[in-house]
Amino acid sequence: MAGALSSLAFGSVGGSAFERRAATRDPAWVKWLILGLSLSFFAIFILLPLIAVFVEALRKGWGTYITALSEPDALAAVRLTLIAAAIAVPLNLIFGVSAAWAIAKYQFRGKNALTTLIDLPFSVSPVVAGLVFVLVFGAQGWFGSWLGDHNIRIIFAVPGIVLATIFVTFPFVARELIPLMESQGREEEEAAIVLGASGLQTFWRVTLPNIKWGLLYGVILCNARAMGEFGAVSVVSGHIRGQTNTLPLHVEIVYNEYNFAAAFAVASLLALLALFTLILKTIIEVRAASQVAKA
Amino acid sequence: MAAAASRRVLPGFGLTLGYTVGYLSLIVLIPLSAALIKTFSLSWEHFWQIVTAPRVVASYKLSFGTSLLAAAINSVFGLMLAWSLVRYSFPGKRIIDALVDLPFALPTAVAGIALTAIYAGNGWIGQFTEPLGLKIAFTPIGILIALVFIGLPFVVRTVQPVLQDLEAEYEEAAASLGANRWQTFTRVVFPLLLPALLTGFALAFARAVGEYGSVIFIAGNLPMISEITPLIIITKLEQYDYVGATAVATVMLFVSFALLLVINGLQAWTSRRMGRAR
Amino acid sequence: MLSRVFSWAGFVLAFVFLTAYTALAQTTILNVSYDVSRELYKQINPAFIDAWKAKTGETVTVNQSHGGSSKQAASVAEGLDADVITMNQAPDIDFLADKGLVAKDWKSKFPNDAAPYTSVSVFLVRKGNPKGIKDWSDLAKPGISVIVPNPKTSGNGRYTYLAAWGYALENLGGADAAKDFVKKLFGNVPVFDGGGRGATTTFSQRDVGDALVTFENEARLIAVEFGADKFDIVYPSLSVEAPAPVAINEKVVDKKKTREVATAYLNFLYSPEGQAIIAKYDFRPRDEAVLRANQAKFPPVKTFDVEKLIGSWADVRKTHFADGGIYDQISVK
Repeated sequence: MAGALSSLAFGSVGGSAFERRAATRDPAWVKWLILGLSLSFFAIFILLPLIAVFVEALRKGWGTYITALSEPDALAAVRLTLIAAAIAVPLNLIFGVSAAWAIAKYQFRGKNALTTLIDLPFSVSPVVAGLVFVLVFGAQGWFGSWLGDHNIRIIFAVPGIVLATIFVTFPFVARELIPLMESQGREEEEAAIVLGASGLQTFWRVTLPNIKWGLLYGVILCNARAMGEFGAVSVVSGHIRGQTNTLPLHVEIVYNEYNFAAAFAVASLLALLALFTLILKTIIEVRAASQVAKA
Repeated sequence: MAAAASRRVLPGFGLTLGYTVGYLSLIVLIPLSAALIKTFSLSWEHFWQIVTAPRVVASYKLSFGTSLLAAAINSVFGLMLAWSLVRYSFPGKRIIDALVDLPFALPTAVAGIALTAIYAGNGWIGQFTEPLGLKIAFTPIGILIALVFIGLPFVVRTVQPVLQDLEAEYEEAAASLGANRWQTFTRVVFPLLLPALLTGFALAFARAVGEYGSVIFIAGNLPMISEITPLIIITKLEQYDYVGATAVATVMLFVSFALLLVINGLQAWTSRRMGRAR
Repeated sequence: MLSRVFSWAGFVLAFVFLTAYTALAQTTILNVSYDVSRELYKQINPAFIDAWKAKTGETVTVNQSHGGSSKQAASVAEGLDADVITMNQAPDIDFLADKGLVAKDWKSKFPNDAAPYTSVSVFLVRKGNPKGIKDWSDLAKPGISVIVPNPKTSGNGRYTYLAAWGYALENLGGADAAKDFVKKLFGNVPVFDGGGRGATTTFSQRDVGDALVTFENEARLIAVEFGADKFDIVYPSLSVEAPAPVAINEKVVDKKKTREVATAYLNFLYSPEGQAIIAKYDFRPRDEAVLRANQAKFPPVKTFDVEKLIGSWADVRKTHFADGGIYDQISVK
C-alpha cells in the first residue's frame, strides 16, 4: 500500500505531450470513447451528487441559506469541527514525520508489521472506530470509573471527538511521507551529520525542505477527512446541541428536523470546505511541479 | 543489533521509533485490543454462533459482494478516468482533477442523503429508471452506487501517478517493433499499470466494506436483503449487546487486517516482478 | 512552521478549557431525549427557564441531546452526563435502572407512572386514501406497501410491531395467528429506516409506500411540515398506548448537586403550562382540562397497554426483539 494513499494527493498536469507523440497518441475515436465514458461516469457519480447538494441547499432561497449557517448551533458546530481538526491534524503531522523518519531512514526488524499497523485505521469501519473508544473510556469501560472519580470526561465531550478524529485520519501524513523519504535515501542527512550538524539542524535544513510538498499534501488530505468524519464521531459525540455536535452531525440533526434546505445548506458549507481544500491542493501541486521543473 | 546501531550515523532512531510505537499503541492498538478482549469474554461456540447467524452471514455476503463489485466497476472507470486525465487535454481538466477527491472529503452522511435524493423513484435519475423496472434507491443497487462513489478516488489516485511516470519510450519501442496500439496497451502498458490498479482495487474494496454513513440512507436495510455488516453492529449496540457487536466487529477487523497484508504482499510481489521485467 | 503550529494548538487548547470552564460556572442540566421530541423541548426549555427564574431568581441552562432512544440510553450508561432522561419507551429507562443510574422505583417518582404524556400509533396515508387502508388488517394485505422504522433500532418501530401484534391477539386469536399476521405485515415493508424521522422522509419525500405507521404526533407534524393536502391520518380500530417515561439520573444529580432543579424540570412537564406546550406539539397530555381544550386534535382511540396485553417489557424484549426472537424469525424468510 506504500505510495497508494500518498498518491491520493497526486494530480496531473499536461497531457498534450502524450498527444503530440505518435507512439503514445490514441486514435481519435478511442480518445473520444474513453473521454466520453470516463467523463459521463464522473458526471453521474461525482458531479451530480455535488450539484444536488447545492440545488437542495438553495431551494428555499438565499435567506434560508444564510439563516441556516448563522444559527448559533451551526456556528458552534463549525467551531467544534475546526477545533477537532486543529488538534488532530498537528498531532498526526508530528506522528507522521516521526514514523516516516524511523521507517524510511533505518532498517529494523518488524518494519513491515509496523507499516501495516499504521495502515490499519484506514480499513477499520468508522462504526468500530467509535465503538472501541467507548469500550476504553466509557463509564463501563476500562478507565471509566477512574475517569468518573476524577471528573474527567473523554467520550461525549471534546476529547473523545478529537480522539475519534485522530483515529480515522491517523495514517495520512505518515503514508504520504514514508515512500517519499524512502526514495530520497539518507545520504544527504548523513553528509550533514558528518559535517557536524546536529540532528535537529539536519532535519530542519536538509530533510524538511525535501519533504515539504509531500508534507503539505498529507496535511491537506488529513484535514479534509478530519472535517468530514461522521460515523466514528457520531458514536462518541453524545449529540449535545451546541456543545458536542460537529458539522456532519449537525447536518444529520437538521435533516431529521425536516429542515431539508437548511441541512443541505450546512452540507454545502462542508462541500465548499472540501472544494477549497482540493483547490488549494491543486495550487500546491502546480507550484511544486514548477519548482521541480526549475530545478 | 549492536553492530547495526553503530553503523547508524543519523540520530533520533530511538526517539522517533519510540514515539511512533507509543502513539500508535495509544491511539490505535490499545483501543482496538479493547474490542478483541471484549470478544474473548465469549466462549468459542457462542462467538461462532453469533458471527455465523443467518442474518449476519447474509450481511457479509452483501457487504463483501457489493464492495467487490463496486471496486471492480471503479477499476474499469477509474482507469479510464486516470487515462483521460493523464493522456488527453480537454477543457476543465484541472477542475475535474481536483474534484476526483471529493468523495474522500465529503461527509459520508451528506453523500448518502444526496445520492438517495437522486436515485429515489421521484429523484433526478430514479424517475427515469423506475418506470423501466429498475429500482435503485432502497435496493442493493443503491448500496453499490454509494460504494462506487466513495471508492472512486482510490483507483484514480493510485493509477494516475504510475501512468504519469510511464515513459513514452516503452510505447515507442513497442510501436517500432510493429505492435499496434491495442497490442501495445495490452502487452506493455497494462502490465505496468496492473500493480497500481490492484492496489487501487484493494483500497476501494477495504474502504467500501466498512462504510456506514452513506450506505444507510440508500440501502433500504431489509433483513437478509439489504442489511450491511456495519448496520448489524449498530443494531447489536442498540440492543445493548456490546459483546455481540464486538464479535462481529472482530470478524471485520480480521478481514481488514488480512486485506492490508494482501495489499502489502501484492505490492512487494509486483514490484519484484517489475524489477525483473525491467 | 512547526513552532507556529504548536502555538496555535496551544491557543486552541486554552480556548477549549476556557469555554468548558465558563460553561460550568452556572447551573446547567442536560436532558437526554429520544429522536422526535426535539421540537417539544425546544419550547419547553425556555418556558421552564423563565418559570425557574421567577420562582428562585436563579438562571439555569438546559442542554438537549437527541438521538435514537436506545442509543441515547446506552450513551447515558457509558457516562453521558444526563441529569434527566426523557424517553419514549420504558425499557430504555429500565435499562438505566439496572445499571444503577436511575432509581428502581422510577415509575413511582412522578405521576402517571412517570409518563407526562402519551401518544398512539396511527397510519398516515396518501391524500384521499387511494388504497382504502382503514385498519391493521389492510396493511397485511398483498400488494400494500408499508413504511415502518426498523424495530431493531427504533422505539417507534417496536411500538408498531407491538400494536400489530396486539391487534392480531385481540382479533385473530392466539400467538400463532399473531405471528403469522405480523409476518405478512412486515413482509410488506420495502424500507427499514433507522429511526422514525428517516421513515417519514422516505414516505413523504421519496414517495415510497402506501402507508406510514408512526406516532400520532409525528403524523400530525408531517401534515404541518409537508402540507395537509398531501396526506390523511387514519386511526386503526385498536392501537397501542405509548407513554413517554421520564426519570432522574441519580448519580449525576448527586454529583452535580442539581437534584432540585432536575426534579422541578420534570414536574414542570406536568404543570398546566407544560401540558399545554405538550398538547401543542400533538402529544396527548395527562391534564384533563388541557385534553378537553384540544379535543379536536385527539379523537378518542381504543388503545391497549403493552404490559397488560402482551407481557412485561423484559419478557417482550426477550421473546420478540432479542437476537433469534420472534421478530428475527418472521423477518428471516
